[in-house]
Order: sequence, then C-alpha cells, then structure tokens
Amino acid sequence: MKLRPRDLPLLVAAIVLVTAFAAGALRYDHFASVAVVRNLLVDNAFLGVAAVGATFVILSGGIDLSVGAVMAFTGVVVAALVERGGVHPGIAIAIALALGAAFGLLQGAIIRGFALPAFLVTLAGMFLARGMAFAVEPQSRPIRHPFVATTLNESATIALPLGETSTTIPLTVSIGAVTFVVAWFVLRQTPFGRRVYAIGDDLQGATVLGLPVAATTIAVYAISGFLSALAGVVFVLYQQAGDPTACKGLELDAIAAVVIGGTLLRGGVGSVVGTLIGVLIYGLIQTIITFEGTLSSWWTRIVVGALILAFVAAQRGLERVGRRLADA
Amino acid sequence: MTDAASDPRGMARVLRAPATWALVALAALLVAGAVGSPGFLSVEMRDGRLYGTPIDILNHGSKVAIVAIGMTLVIATRGVDLSVGAVVAIASAIVATLVSQKGVAWPIAMAGALGAALLAGLWNGSLVTFLRLQPIVATLVLMVAGRGIAQLITDGQIVTVRDPAVAFLGNASLLLLPATVSALAVISALAWLGTRRTAFGLFLEAVGENERAARLSGIPVRPVLLVAYAACGLCAGVAGLIDCAYIRAADANNAGQLLELDAILAVVLGGTALTGGRFSLLGSVIGAMLMQTLTKVLYVFDVSADIAPAPKAAIVLAVCLLQSPTFRAACSRHLESARARLRPGTEARP
Amino acid sequence: MLAARGLRKRFGPVLALDSVDLEIRPGEVLGLMGENGAGKSTLIKCLTGLHRPDAGTIERDGRPITLRSPRDAEALGVSTVHQEVHLIPHATVAENICLGREPRRNWLLGGSIRWRRVRERANAALARLGLALDVRREVSTLPLAIRQLVAIARALDIEARTLILDEPTSSLDRDEVERLFSTLRRLRGEGLGIVVVTHFLDQVYAIADRIAVLRDGRLVGAALAASLPRAELVAMMVGRAIAPAAARASSEAERPRAAALSARGLRRRGALDGVDLDVAAGEAVGLAGLLGSGRSETLRALFGADPIDEGAIEVSGRRHSIRSPGAAMRLGLAFLSEDRRGDGILPSLSVRDNLITALQAQRGILRRVGRREAAALADRLIASLRIKAPSASTPIARLSGGNQQKVLLARWLATDPRVLLLDEPTRGIDIGAKADVLALVASLREKGLAVVFVSSELEELAAACGRVVVLRDRRSVAQLRGADVDPSAMLAAVAAAPEGGARD
Repeated sequence: MKLRPRDLPLLVAAIVLVTAFAAGALRYDHFASVAVVRNLLVDNAFLGVAAVGATFVILSGGIDLSVGAVMAFTGVVVAALVERGGVHPGIAIAIALALGAAFGLLQGAIIRGFALPAFLVTLAGMFLARGMAFAVEPQSRPIRHPFVATTLNESATIALPLGETSTTIPLTVSIGAVTFVVAWFVLRQTPFGRRVYAIGDDLQGATVLGLPVAATTIAVYAISGFLSALAGVVFVLYQQAGDPTACKGLELDAIAAVVIGGTLLRGGVGSVVGTLIGVLIYGLIQTIITFEGTLSSWWTRIVVGALILAFVAAQRGLERVGRRLADA
Repeated sequence: MTDAASDPRGMARVLRAPATWALVALAALLVAGAVGSPGFLSVEMRDGRLYGTPIDILNHGSKVAIVAIGMTLVIATRGVDLSVGAVVAIASAIVATLVSQKGVAWPIAMAGALGAALLAGLWNGSLVTFLRLQPIVATLVLMVAGRGIAQLITDGQIVTVRDPAVAFLGNASLLLLPATVSALAVISALAWLGTRRTAFGLFLEAVGENERAARLSGIPVRPVLLVAYAACGLCAGVAGLIDCAYIRAADANNAGQLLELDAILAVVLGGTALTGGRFSLLGSVIGAMLMQTLTKVLYVFDVSADIAPAPKAAIVLAVCLLQSPTFRAACSRHLESARARLRPGTEARP
Repeated sequence: MLAARGLRKRFGPVLALDSVDLEIRPGEVLGLMGENGAGKSTLIKCLTGLHRPDAGTIERDGRPITLRSPRDAEALGVSTVHQEVHLIPHATVAENICLGREPRRNWLLGGSIRWRRVRERANAALARLGLALDVRREVSTLPLAIRQLVAIARALDIEARTLILDEPTSSLDRDEVERLFSTLRRLRGEGLGIVVVTHFLDQVYAIADRIAVLRDGRLVGAALAASLPRAELVAMMVGRAIAPAAARASSEAERPRAAALSARGLRRRGALDGVDLDVAAGEAVGLAGLLGSGRSETLRALFGADPIDEGAIEVSGRRHSIRSPGAAMRLGLAFLSEDRRGDGILPSLSVRDNLITALQAQRGILRRVGRREAAALADRLIASLRIKAPSASTPIARLSGGNQQKVLLARWLATDPRVLLLDEPTRGIDIGAKADVLALVASLREKGLAVVFVSSELEELAAACGRVVVLRDRRSVAQLRGADVDPSAMLAAVAAAPEGGARD
C-alpha cells in the first residue's frame, strides 16, 4: 500500500509508541511483561473511550470541553440510582448513557441553532454537568451492588491463556476495544462518518455539495455526549464508585491524545486508529515515569506538551510541503 | 415602527452596549443577595480597612479580573489563551521558590516571575504569529506543559512563603481596600492607557475584525498579535504573584486551576465576542465581579460551592444567547408575530 | 430543457437579478458572460438551489420546479461545478465523486459504504472525461486543473442532463483548457445542455454555440456565437454607462512629466506576466482589460500586498522594493481594494475608527490620533465626500455600499498620499455615489495626486483618465493616449485576438 502524506503523522506516532516501549523494555526489568501491558490498558480504558468521542468532535471541526464533567455526572447518576434508588445497575447505566447522549444533543443543537462557538457552549456544559454531579451526590459514593462488583467486574472478564502466564481482560478494556472498533467502522465505512470528515475539512464545500451539515453536526455532539457517558460508566466500573470530583480536566487529556494521534484540531484529517495510538503513548509515558522512580509525575505533562507541539508543528510543515507539491 | 420603544435607536444602543447585560445581571444578583441575607451589602470599617461581602467580592474577583484583562486583548484579536492558569502556577512557583529556598530578595523574585510570565506570553504569541497555529492549539501546548514546569520548579511540593514582606503584600490594604484590588486598579489603568491612549486598542480591534483589511491599512499585524499574547502572559504572571502572596504558598498543582475558563467567561460576559473585534476592558472586569458575586449569592442561598457551577453555567449561557445575533433575530421574529396576534386589528407586517 | 423565467433576486439594497429569462437547451453549450457583479453567480446559485429567487420560476421541460437545495437540483438532473472548486480537500478522488450518494450495503452490514463500487463509479465518471487517475489519491495533492476535472466527474456521476460550469478555466493553462473543451464537446454530443461561465473571449468563442450576456443583473442579450462579433460582445458586457459629469482629463496630458510611480516588467507566478506602467503627479492612468487580465494583481503588487517574483518599481525616480503595505504607505502610496468586504471594512467598528486606521498605522502606535482630532477629521471627510451616515460612531457595516466605499476612500485621503491606486472604486455602488467618486478622483488629480484607476466600465475610464494602459493575459499590451482614450478604441484593444500564439 502506498504511503499518503496524511498517514505520515500516524506512522510517526506509531514509531514513537514502539520506540518508547522498546526503550522501556531495555531500561527496566519486568517492563516488557503482560502485566505492564494489561495495566496500561486497564488504567487508560476510560480515557480511550472519552478520546474516541473527542475524535468525532474534532474531526468535524468542533471541540467538546464537557467530557470530564459529563463522565463524573454519569458516574454519580449510576451510583445514586443503584445505591440510593435501588435501581438495577443495568437500567441505571442505560439511563446514564441516555442522559449523556441527550446532553450532547442539546449542546449540538445550541451550537448549530444559535451559531454560538462550540468552545463556549461546551464550556458552559462542563460547568453545568459538574454542578449537577455535585447536586446529585455531594461526595463519592461507593457502589456495592453485587451486579457491578461480581457480574460486571468478575464474570465479564475474559481469561487470556498466554503460555504459562495467563491474564485477564476486564470488561472495561473490552468496552474500550469495542468502542474503538465501532468508531472506526462508523468513521471509515459509513456515509455518516465521511460526512463528519467532510464538514470538518471544508464546511462551505460540504454545504455546496449538498450534505446535511446541521444534522451531522448535532449528531456528532450527541455521539460525544454518549461516549462521555460511556467513559463515565467505564470509570465507575474501574473505581467501583461514583465520584463528583472525578475526571477534572480529562477532556484536555483526551484532546491531547487525539492530537498526538495525528488528528488535526482544525478538523477533517485524522483517524480513530491514531487516537488509539495517542492514548497508548499517553499511558506509556506515565508507565515509564512510574518505572523510572526518580522522575516525577509532572514530567508526563511536560512530555505530552512537547509531543503536542512537535506533532502540530510537523503537520504544519507537511501541509506546506503538500501545497507546494500540488502547485508544482 | 412599532410603538413598543419610543426611542428605538437609543434603546437599541443601550441594549447592544457591551457590558449592559453583565451590569444588569450584577445588579440583579446584588439585590438577590441583599434579599437573601440582610447584611449582604453592608460594609464596615475595622483596623483601618473595610470589611464586608462587597469587599470580599472585590478581593476575590480581582485575580480573575486581572487575568481577564489580558485575555480580553487576546480575544479581541480573535484568539484565545488557554495557558493562563498554567502561567499563574509558574509565576507563583518561581516567586515562592526564589524567596523561600534561594533566599532571593522579594522584588527580584517577583521581577523574575513576571519575566517568566512575559516569556510564556511571547512563546504563545510566536506560535500564533510565526507558526500560524490556531490559538487554541498553540496555547494548549503551554497549558498542558506549563503546569508540569511549575511542578518541576517546586519539585512537586507546596512551597510556603514565610518572608514577611510577601505575606504583608497578600494581606495589606491600600486606601482601605485589599492590596489585590489596588493591583487590579493599577493593571486596569495600565491596560486602559495602553489600549486607549495609544493606537494599540484600535489595532487590536482592526486585526480581530478583519486581519486582511488591517494588513492592507498598514497595521503591523504580527507585532500586534505578539504584544497581545505577551500582555496576556504578563497579566497571568501578576495573578500568580497575587495568588502566592494571598495563600503565602505556591501550590503548583492547584494554583490557577480552571482560571483560563473563568477568565474567558468573564470576558464573554463583559460583552467581548469570542469572534474578536470590539472589546471592553471594563466589561471584562464587571464580568469577573459578576461571577464572584454569583458565587457569593449562591452561598447566601445555601447552594454549596460544588454545585455553584451549574447555575453559573445557566447564567453564562443565557447571557451568551442574549448576545447572539441569531438568537436575537429569532426572538424579535417571535415577538413580532406575537404582537400581531395580540392586536387583531393591525395587520401582520410582511 | 432547463429555463429561467423572470428570475429576480435582491440582496439588501442590491438587485442582483432583474427579470432574467434564459434557456439552456440540450446538446448546446451556452456561454454566460458578464463582468464582476453582473449577476452570473447569483443566477447559477438560483439554478442550483443555493438561493431561492424572490420572483420568477425555473422550469424543467416546461414544468415549473422548486429547488430548495443542491440535492433537489441534482435530483432533477442539474449538476454544477462552482467557481472555487468545491471538493473536500483531504478526501480521495473516489470519495469526492460519490460523497453524499455512496453506494451502501444493507442495514444488516451496518449500511457500510461499498468502497469497491465507489472506486468503480469514480473510474467510470473519470473515463467519461478521458481521464485516467488513481482515484485513491487525496484531492489536495492534485493540481488545480485535475481537481477541476474531478469536480466535473462528480457532476456527471448523477444522471445529469444540464451541466453548469462556473469559471472552469480560470486556473487552467492552455493545454488543460483545450482538454476540458474537447471533453465538453463530447458531452454536448451526448445531449447534455451545458452552461459555461467565463470571462475569456477566446475561450467563449472556442466552445460556446450561443452566448448570453448579463449586466447589472439584467440579461442584455443572447445570440449565436457565430453571429456575434467580438467587439459587439465586449460592448454588451461593459455597457454604455451614462457618462459621468466629471470633465474629460485629456488635453493637457501630453506634456512630459517625471513619473511619480513607474513599474517595469512586473511578474508574479499565476498573476502577472510582464506589466509596465508609469504615472506622473497630476495624472490619472487607467488600466483597462477584462476580468482576469491582471488589473487587480498589478495594483496589489505595486502596493506590496502580494510579493512580486520579478520586476522593478520606482517611486519618485528612486527604486524601491516594496515588501509590505506599510512600506508602500511610507512611500506615499494608497490602495483601495476591489473587495470592499474582504479587504476593506472593519464591519462592527465605527465610521470614525474605519476612517482613521490607515492614518493611525502611518503615524505609528504611540502617536495616537486623539479623540478630538479624529472627530474633526471624520466630520471634515464625511462632509467633503458627502458620506451619508447617521453619525460618525455608527458601525460601518450599517452603511450602504456606496457610503462604505466613500469611507474607505476617505481612509486613504486622510493619509495624504501622493499616489492613489484605485481598484474598481465604483463597483456595486449607486449612480449618485459613482458620480461623487469620479468627481473626487478628478479633483484629487488636479491637486497633483497620481492616480491609477482600474475599472471595467470603459466609459468611466475614458472620462477619468488621460491615458489608458491595456492589459491582456496578465501583461500590458497597449497604451492609448489623447484622442485614443475612448471606449471604442479601448474595446478594440481589449477585444483584439492575441497575436499569433503570443503566449509563452
């Protein structure tokens, strides 16, 4: 297969991921182990789901700052319904997901309907969801319902026999994996997905070509709301609790992962595969810093910031080269 | 013309003035606070300075207001600076570390911190002007990395400041008001002089309104952008000093958390549009005070500080909708048709 | 057959289309001509559902139809390639051709796109144009000419019976144009009705069977290409506007004077290909030429708005390299762009602020034009240019086009320039404002300013200028002076066929 210029950032991200992993494996004992990889996946599953939502929005040329707050909100809604309301966790989760989707839909409708900047509307959405989370549950509430503790977190675990060292894949990772696959399918293989790319790439062009721009935009925010809620559910399963303070600023981690994965914040270019790589790089940096011991956690931020700059600057350079090629 | 507004043009102008809605909301909140708690508006004099809820609002609102002033300049150019919270953390970390751990005299330490903040602003500005990155992306870099840098400086610790001079600054009062309010007054005055007594304000507005036209009129677009971001960084640096002096410590992890968002909201509430162009420094200060008042009023009504963001968001959204031309057009259409229905004698206008 | 009957469309104060009747017949290429602002784009947007006409009907085979969106138009077999190639830049060729109408699998398979079918369809559409291209390539990596053909392939992917091309050749070189035309001839042979909007005379005669001309929103005529002489066509396009009151600036033109501004061999890739120009103090020089001949590009190059690749510019006898508008302003140049909205006004700022921007930029950031000085300046300019504005603090966006234009002109007069570069200063403004602007230009010239005046209205050039430089194909080809500065002579020079294969 021929390498297209737009695949280059993806390739570079993949090389960064592999190199970082190889460096870790060479430098530390027990780094290249199943346990480390498993923890990497388990600890970043909720970030992955949230980043998929961010990928949709960013590809369409928008931004969603409400992700972390919606995650916390759904978490406490599930906790409150189950522990205080006696609702079955399955139903509680369904309600939470529907609420998340509705929240996103509303944000999208306001953005599109009143021509307000997405930045502003989702910023307000973020405050709103965070406040509502505290209104529902002022403090973290553990979930002790057996369905969550046992059925979802233990029975739904997939055992992977890997030679002598068998391992288990918890439900959260499976949800993350399914999310990525479905998102890849929708973005790559359906007309809706192509419209998301098209309106992010050239909004005016998409309008002139007769694409349903308004409906697509609103749907994208609804998807983001739904996936934020799903990420919130994954976080609840991971923490066994609904916490109104959870996931502060997670939207920025998600956006950072998306950008590192080669998706342009301008919209129209990128892929969910890149986002997966971005999330893994993000998690891997944290793992390496943990292993290093002497390096403190704040190096994660510095490295991630540097990576964002490097990727964005490289994309700028590529764009210029591409334009020159097209002119010639 | 309809008979609703006897002086439609004057009325429309007041309604369209940048800070009108923020002022109306501010007044309404103050009234609400006074109704909810009789002592809300009272101010008393103790030990040569004023105390009371209004003074608290001014004191706490000043930090956001200072950042919002810098943010106003950037937003006027159709940009945004997400890194101000991180710059606050850096400035506070530098001054605390220099004073407490390196034994540097506080004026030099403060100058160092402000220098770093200026550098941060220039960095953002360079990414926007020379690399032509979108402002959101350009400042996202420092937003993410900056807090890490601040933690690097403090080595992840909360550095307490025992220097009596710094502590004094945090608690001092000037002209009966807390020192932070004086700082806000100075910054506001400088910003006003810098934008309205020179041509900088006009240049900012021109670049934000129509960058191509600004360039063709001979306006030095790049320097203007650079200065706007640098000034924004500097304002964030001042806020960092205030933060450090007030809590007598630098907490790199929490200093200036979410401040960028508060500042952007203050600017928007003050009537400066995110799409750039005309700006109002006074509006931004009012916007910051409005948010602080809202927090206090919600406190009066026993809304916990944690839930407070929800009603805040609702108010912000309402003000934004009132400022949105699309929303206004839709409303006036509805009003028009409602009026036509209410008065069956008159014809609906085409 | 697609037909427009009495189409009318108004944008605010501007009547963009005024009772236009037009028929697009199968198996025929219709050339649609007209200068900027004549209403071509509006007409096309009405025919493709992007605009709803205020009055009049569109008929397909004699039955009136309503077009609400480009989709409606496509469903009725009307396909359009718009002026700026509207493709999605980072999508592949195949995707762009099928976007919005992708072949899908059934819902059991998630309604996924049948990519292989997409590629086959794209290949088929390209083959119809005689184009072999890897349909997996991203559109942004293709040269403009190929993108143009891809856009046409997209238009043909539906069962198009009418194909509308808005300025399809503006970015193509000669071979590419020939290739496009042979494709169009083939499609005409297949029975399609084709509309080609263009401003190149040679091209319209090369491809069109019939030519229709729009001017100021009206259809001024339609005729078989074979029976329409070139000069007559140009006359229809530029019209015989009412001669403005300004006095003819002719007789004293022959005295040799030192050039205030002179340019030699200006070249810029894709914009200018050798333009020479001199203008002396107290002289107004016109630039005549059709759209795309390099008129605006010349002014932009002189003002430092776009960099030049080659050429020399002298101001008051000294050579300068002008790298930015600021540098040009320091030399006493002023430039009024033709794009009032995009390059000129600061929409929500007041008339006063709009007036002082250039002066302020010239003085520098520290020497602010004070409130009182600005008010006095605004009052003076508003009065002397007869700008109609409720007050100096009204946002400029609320003024009419003509008054906005006067404000922009005043913006430059405030800088006390020595050379005025005016690009279509009278376009899109009402007749009264037009006369005002022309009178002003005349008085400025008499006061000793050097004026370079671009206009597509030849009468206007004749009235305002003592000398006219004719541009064709991005280079200066002739100079008219004295008695030769008259519309018919200019027409002849503008319309002249290029001397045998002059290009290259």
